[in-house]
Amino acid sequence: MTLNCKHVWAQISSYIDGSVTPEMKQDIERHLAHCRYCSAVLDSTRNILVLVGDDRTFELPVGYSKRLHDRLQASMDSADSTS
Amino acid sequence: MADKDGKQAAITAEIAAREAAIIARILAGERELFHELIRPYERGLYLAAFSVVQHEADAEDIAQDAVIKAYKGLKNFRGEARFSTWLMAITLNEARSRWRKTNGEQLDFLSDGDDSGGDYTPSVLADWRYIPSEELERKELRQALQQAIAKLSPEYREVLILRDVRGMSIAETAEATGVNEGLVKVRLFRARITMQKMLAPQLGPRQRGFMGWLTRKAGGR
Repeated sequence: MTLNCKHVWAQISSYIDGSVTPEMKQDIERHLAHCRYCSAVLDSTRNILVLVGDDRTFELPVGYSKRLHDRLQASMDSADSTS
Repeated sequence: MADKDGKQAAITAEIAAREAAIIARILAGERELFHELIRPYERGLYLAAFSVVQHEADAEDIAQDAVIKAYKGLKNFRGEARFSTWLMAITLNEARSRWRKTNGEQLDFLSDGDDSGGDYTPSVLADWRYIPSEELERKELRQALQQAIAKLSPEYREVLILRDVRGMSIAETAEATGVNEGLVKVRLFRARITMQKMLAPQLGPRQRGFMGWLTRKAGGR
């Protein structure tokens, strides 16, 4: 099947996840081979997702882990003292 | 691909078996082990809560409430889902409930209320200059990404954070969010396309000025 750009865009998320059928994958790749616009859409989407997924993008509040375990411990201790 | 999936399944099964053994010991009285059980997931819990409420102190509070709730309800964990998915579902429920209290809105996280509207077409570019992860050292790039995510609606942010930031599978994301896999895929598609649409024009090659602006802002480094 010959895909147009809109067909490719509709499949981009599934293509990135590797969840399209082998036939669809082949059709998409055939389209990408000659369409610089869809290639740029795919490259930019993938690149943005890599950046979003990087640990540096979202930092945890300083002391988060310690406060979490302290509060958990306090809750465990109080459950013990009341049981 | 099948080989990779097989390896992943083996790792997942190994983690599940190890966690089941730890949970059994906790329930038998070694309660301190619960700290170790949740340690690998701390970051994810905060990010999941933050993805919904978009407020640091609230997200931290929600993560704390969720682990306490999980500890108290550990005997109810049946092992049908992964422990991490179960913990994530508790966190998201806490976060959604907090979000509703603050916003006073009845956003239904479990159904798709946005069938009709929305233009989910990407920003079309002639080419793309790859941005290496090292560029994240620049605060302005991190902020651009954070601001784009903040603009997504909460139910789209959730799936983007679980799948693309935490690396959970579609099935695990569905289980943690309480919606079916089909809806997870729809939301993920919309979230990803919207991110591309917001960020590609800002970060893309025709706007080399943005990177130039970053460089100037960083003192010409």
